[in-house]
Amino acid sequence: MTIKYFAATAASVFCLAAPALAEVDFSGKTIEWVIPFSETGGSAKWANFFAPLLSEELPGNPTVVVKFMPGAGSTKGANWFQEQKHDEGTLLFGTSGSTQFPYLLDDPRVRYEYSDWNPVMASGTGGVAYLNPTDGEKFDGTANNLKDINFIYGSQGATRLDLVPLLAWQMLGMNVEPVFGIKGRGDGRLMFERGEATIDYQTSSSYLGASADLVEKGQAVPMMTWGALDDDGNIVRDPTFPDIPTFKEVCEATDGCETSGEAWDAWKAFFIAGFPVQKIAFLPAGTPDDVIATYTAAFDAVRNRDDFAKIAEKRVGKYPVFVGEGAAKATQRGTTVSAEAKAFVSNWLQEAYGVSLK
Amino acid sequence: MDLLATALPALGQAWALILQPLVLGYLVLGVVMGLAVGVFPGLGGIAGLSLLLPFMFGMDPVLGLALMIGMVAVVPTSDTFASVLMGIPGSSASQATVLDGFPMAKKGQAARALSAAFTSSLFGGLVGAAFLTLFIVIARPIVLSFGLPEMLMISILGLSMVAVLAGRVALKGLAAAGLGLLIGTIGEADAGGSLRMATYDIPYLTDGLKLVIVGLGIFAVPEIVSLLRQDRAISKEARLGAGWGDGVRDWVANKWLSVRCSLIGVVIGIIPGLGGSVVDWIAYGHAVQTTKDKSNFGKGEVRGVIGPESSNNAKEGGGLVPTLLFGIPGSGSMAIFIGAIALLGSGEIEVGPSMLRDNLDITYSIVWLLALANVVGTLLCIAASGGIAKLTTIRFTYLAPFLFMLISFAAFQSGQNFEDILALFVIGLIGIFLRRFDWSRPAFLIGFVLSNPVEKFSNQAFQIASFRFRKSFEEGMEYIFSPIVIVLLIVTVVSVVLGLRQAKSIMAEGDVQSGSKRAPLVFLLLIMGYVVTALVNASLIPDYNMTDKIVPLVVGGIALAALLILLVQMILRPESDPIFADKEVSGEDADAPYGLWSTLAWFAGLIVATYFVGFILALLGFLVSFLRLRAQAHWPKTLILTARGIALMCVMAGALNRDFPPGLLQGAVDLPWPLN
Repeated sequence: MTIKYFAATAASVFCLAAPALAEVDFSGKTIEWVIPFSETGGSAKWANFFAPLLSEELPGNPTVVVKFMPGAGSTKGANWFQEQKHDEGTLLFGTSGSTQFPYLLDDPRVRYEYSDWNPVMASGTGGVAYLNPTDGEKFDGTANNLKDINFIYGSQGATRLDLVPLLAWQMLGMNVEPVFGIKGRGDGRLMFERGEATIDYQTSSSYLGASADLVEKGQAVPMMTWGALDDDGNIVRDPTFPDIPTFKEVCEATDGCETSGEAWDAWKAFFIAGFPVQKIAFLPAGTPDDVIATYTAAFDAVRNRDDFAKIAEKRVGKYPVFVGEGAAKATQRGTTVSAEAKAFVSNWLQEAYGVSLK
Repeated sequence: MDLLATALPALGQAWALILQPLVLGYLVLGVVMGLAVGVFPGLGGIAGLSLLLPFMFGMDPVLGLALMIGMVAVVPTSDTFASVLMGIPGSSASQATVLDGFPMAKKGQAARALSAAFTSSLFGGLVGAAFLTLFIVIARPIVLSFGLPEMLMISILGLSMVAVLAGRVALKGLAAAGLGLLIGTIGEADAGGSLRMATYDIPYLTDGLKLVIVGLGIFAVPEIVSLLRQDRAISKEARLGAGWGDGVRDWVANKWLSVRCSLIGVVIGIIPGLGGSVVDWIAYGHAVQTTKDKSNFGKGEVRGVIGPESSNNAKEGGGLVPTLLFGIPGSGSMAIFIGAIALLGSGEIEVGPSMLRDNLDITYSIVWLLALANVVGTLLCIAASGGIAKLTTIRFTYLAPFLFMLISFAAFQSGQNFEDILALFVIGLIGIFLRRFDWSRPAFLIGFVLSNPVEKFSNQAFQIASFRFRKSFEEGMEYIFSPIVIVLLIVTVVSVVLGLRQAKSIMAEGDVQSGSKRAPLVFLLLIMGYVVTALVNASLIPDYNMTDKIVPLVVGGIALAALLILLVQMILRPESDPIFADKEVSGEDADAPYGLWSTLAWFAGLIVATYFVGFILALLGFLVSFLRLRAQAHWPKTLILTARGIALMCVMAGALNRDFPPGLLQGAVDLPWPLN
């Protein structure tokens, strides 16, 4: 196995040196799919899921290897990718919401520009918030009875994906005190199970894997999903959890929570960047159209596999995979927020948590 | 009884799944690959598992598990080679093994140390599996009873091992641990994101320093440099004194110590969030405290090898509990393991709470595959140990360049930045001086390792406790002083008291003579300078981010107080006082034919050349010139050894799909692999 790998790597080297071929054919080549996170995160899972499928569908069946370049909350890898130029189309880069948020919030470490890159595939996830059983009893589809309760929430940091739930709870008028510094949502769930945290949220696949079990045993009560986007950009019920109301519904029913105005617009902008368009695969700037078309076709073939829905459900969740034009539109939606929304969130982060990204 | 009724048949099914020739074949294949990866420092299970991932897709679940578990299980076994033979901590699991394992190798007892370590590993793995078989079905509520205050107490218990390892001057040990803690806080704070001793202009520092680099820098670099200066073999006698049979007999004589340390390993491994970083230190501390004659610790006491090695393989078994039951990885390699399980078969195995209910047979298969892998791996390692131990009889000058090569490569793999190698050099320099002036290096490392858990757990526990206190006083007290916390508190106090009493007899650096006042005083002032800078830096963090500044302030304050007392003592006491210990006054280092700086310059040369021409070209120049000039080898030998070294690097990097550090040259011109 190792020898095979070595040979493949060596072979790819010689191919790189050869002059460009007229037709896109990756026979004998190695595609490097770089992930700006460590081997242990959700993005690694995502890329490792798609890599072998992509290899089957690309012309010439190249080896697709996932490489990891963690650091500085993924900005290191993204800054590196910004410097890369098109070279035979053997470089693919994957970002996640954690790469998009610093970009949207003008983090000083960001030296990358999403609009320079060529998205070929985008996929998303959903999220479910849930309460402990005692307070869950007071939940009646509105947060009206939850406003006098102090909640504790294990959080990875206010500038991460946790921004979306924290802002949602605040808009509902709930007092949620985040305990910062946990390393992943799994730790947050464990804190909830130990009774130290009293409110939690999980992304869809983790919710199905573990939290749904708590709900079944009566140790947790689902509150709301963040929802999903329809083709026109409206928030609708999450297809994975059609029975759980969305935040939008809960907000509409709760006194004092508005589904319009600057808070709502800001929440929605960051929700889109964090969930429905969470992970995007890019080719570097300057990639010719035929290479982009080849990747688009390959990802299209992957998502149209007969067994795709079945194998994807457990590993990355039952959510649409966008390719080509759809991926470009999704990327556009996930990487732009209005100046007002940005200002609102920066201001809120500073006031509520003393976080400043300057 | 209900449990027994479901557990026993599942156990039977598990054995039926495992005991098939093909499954065992895959297990052995995994073990062999794990050994091959594990002997190289810094390339633990993560690198190996990543290599296997592409093959897991759709693979038969039991075969895939056998392959992966074979690989993961033996990494803490095989990294013992580097710890014992070279003094290089292969991974966080084998740091404490270095303390006594390497001195044994220096005494010519490498084979004995290795086989004692391997036998302990084997036994630890088996105890872990047996314990888990019974425990896993009732583990859930027990794991959940370990909240933040409990985890904080375990981290503090780990930190209290500093007392045992503080060395002759307890204040120096305390200050070294404080320095380690402070260096561990460098970078972006977990809680509020404030920067400590870092700036966004140097993105490398915002992530903090990696354990691999600090472990290599503190232990490996000083030993390599010291041995190279002395220009002899690692083993003082050119022949090997004791064989592998002695090591096995040592284990038999200390089997109860091994049992206790295995249980320590498996129990601490079970608690998610702590990982393996404290296990080996707690086991080492336990070994010291239960030994009557403590005078040999740090100089090659076999109990100091048996303790940590029994615990670190058992820990792997314990680590399966949070991984399988909660879907929460206990370590980096476990995180990949979870991801890989989802790829197996048609994804029917789902790690998490349903694991016990739906897949108890698979759960048991995993537990016992782990144990079997330990058996296979250990037998292979023991068989190899006699031969590999001969490395300690080779003139060290022929080993050193390859060790510099390996540790640079290992450091680079931790973050793939050129700065990784630079950080290795700087930390190595700190390690060299800590060693020279007899400031406890283990205490420094414990401080560094536990810096993050201590800070995280104390902040979070404080926040939740104040929340509970706001509700009612009783609820707050109940939360902080749970029965587990009280027990841990008592254990900690006892171990500190006993430890301080024993510390004087445990001399990790041997008996270091004292000499002049000047050099030790200058070093003290340098450390003080850093501590003061870190304190000022932390105090500048705005108050609303109290969580980010409180730990550096408190730790820095204590360290500064210790340093000030030391300073006063240094002024008052005579030159012969142990406080002025200095290895350059007399002993091996002082008598060495080569100087410190000229030796270190070789390593610096490799790094500088890498900066300009990239790693492989730099390595070529480094190996040739080192072997010709320093080792005075003939041209044929020089060229053969250089070719072998570079070939080894290329095969390793190629097989594991890893990059080499590029230099300025690579930025200017496109070069073919492996020169890019």
